[in-house]
Amino acid sequence: MYGLPEERNRSQPAEPEDTALRDSFEATIAADERIEPRDWMPDEYRTTLVRQIAQHAHSEIIGMQPEGNWITRAPSLQRKAILMAKVQDEAGHGMYLYSAAETLGVSRDQLVELLLAGKQKYSSIFNYPTLSWADMGAIGWLVDGAAIMNQIPLTRCSYGPYARAMVRVCKEESFHQRQGFEILHTLSHGTGAQHEMAQDAVNRWWWPSLMMFGPPDDESPHTAQSMAWKIKRFTNDELRQRFVDICVPQAAVLELTLPDPDLRLDEPTGNYRYGEIDWEEFKRVLKGDGPCNRQRLEHRTRAHEEGRWVREAAAAYAAKRARAEERLAA
Amino acid sequence: MSATATSTSDVALYALRLGDDALILAQRLGEWSSMAPELEEDIALTNIALDLLGQARFLLTLAGELEGSGRDEDELAFGRGEREFYNCLLVEQPNVDFAHTIARQLLFSTYQLALYEPLTGSADSGLAGIAAKAVKEVAYHRDHAVKWSLRLGDGTAASHSRMQDAIERLWPYTHELFESDELVERLAVGGVAVNPAGLCDSWGQFIGATLGEATVTVPETSWRPSGGRRGEHTEAFGHMLAEMQWLHRSHPGASW
Repeated sequence: MYGLPEERNRSQPAEPEDTALRDSFEATIAADERIEPRDWMPDEYRTTLVRQIAQHAHSEIIGMQPEGNWITRAPSLQRKAILMAKVQDEAGHGMYLYSAAETLGVSRDQLVELLLAGKQKYSSIFNYPTLSWADMGAIGWLVDGAAIMNQIPLTRCSYGPYARAMVRVCKEESFHQRQGFEILHTLSHGTGAQHEMAQDAVNRWWWPSLMMFGPPDDESPHTAQSMAWKIKRFTNDELRQRFVDICVPQAAVLELTLPDPDLRLDEPTGNYRYGEIDWEEFKRVLKGDGPCNRQRLEHRTRAHEEGRWVREAAAAYAAKRARAEERLAA
Repeated sequence: MSATATSTSDVALYALRLGDDALILAQRLGEWSSMAPELEEDIALTNIALDLLGQARFLLTLAGELEGSGRDEDELAFGRGEREFYNCLLVEQPNVDFAHTIARQLLFSTYQLALYEPLTGSADSGLAGIAAKAVKEVAYHRDHAVKWSLRLGDGTAASHSRMQDAIERLWPYTHELFESDELVERLAVGGVAVNPAGLCDSWGQFIGATLGEATVTVPETSWRPSGGRRGEHTEAFGHMLAEMQWLHRSHPGASW
């Protein structure tokens, strides 16, 4: 495969044909049309997309762990089946997204190596532990809910393969979000212990979910350029506000409390004002000091290493078969 | 007890055996989630687990209805103790590594397919219906296991040795699959059940041919562990069940 876009030399002066290509690129973006893999694109655009799609793909794969943690202990056979299917969807999302990244000239193997080397990130939310069954509900309702909020605008992203991958991902995420809500609803209206379990899960997942939209707009380094390129359509704070506004009435239906004493309706705007987010915690987790950062990466590394002999066997067998067919053809 | 009542409870117990095979293997395969050698295999193993779990749910529900004591699929899955599970010992064997998992799947899916094919004609319409759906799924499971058996057996020296080891470790547990007892014999006479004793030859031929192509040697063993159909399991089984049942049992009477 090609080298990573970051590794290419970007300091060359623009050639005249580059200017024409750049104009065509800008015109496509301005007309709200899609950039496709064969189209010329600025290196910075490619780099931004690779970073974002890879981070998204890695998040799906790492995100299998906190939920996979409950497959063997799911409290009913129906819940076990739903949870298995959900974790399987996440593996599928990872596959589409790695494929979308491959259209930009990087292979899945390269991206996985970068993840395992700690050189590419995944969503910080998966560095929190799943301590009870109710966490399956809270992840569906809040984490998948926040992910949908981030991802629906991506179905209109200027890069075609990413936008198309997101259409299917969003459909499945929407189902995940509803099943999470339903788990919490059942627990909240179940026994006292179940209600308590549900409330505890919401207490632990609420603030990290708000952090999923990224730093405040004035501290978000990539937002302006990504919006100009129509990779991103709304700012972090806009999406976070929309998420809060949707969650508050849903929490009332769940008969669960959101753990924010400052949460109140702002009558003139119709928005819910929320309390201060602990950005120090966000930075700590991002830097690697969250409750499960080490565990998540170690688990992924172990699966990768323990699977190496299997992948080597498959490659060796395929090569043997190809040689045998060549001999037959000769 | 009347003849009809005896027959109904026989069918219930038979459905429970088949359902437990599917449930316990689904539980084992579920342990692979996020640990498979590649993403495609994570998805494939989960797919197989989901198919088996679906079969288990139908079979346990049928067993509950037939026994008439009001137990549903969850009470049967989470409420029974070790000695009340009737799955074969093969499906409860630990995953160990990918070779063991594939070997277990090859040995079991080949048996399950051979069993479900004639079961589609069972005199019990409930069992026949479940078998008709399952047979299509299990054909894929066997195909998946065959392909991986070839890759591992005839891949690298390391994969060959793991596959050979897995087959040797699991082979003794295959004898139990073909054991018959009074229950199965009674039901087979009535055309309800399939007597597994009659499946052994075709199973052996298919497995022999597959392993031969995979360059894996079929072992000779004198040890023939058995007891699953009577509720006598291996030590590892209790640990697996404890994990599976713990949450459900911690909240008696709760709905999920």
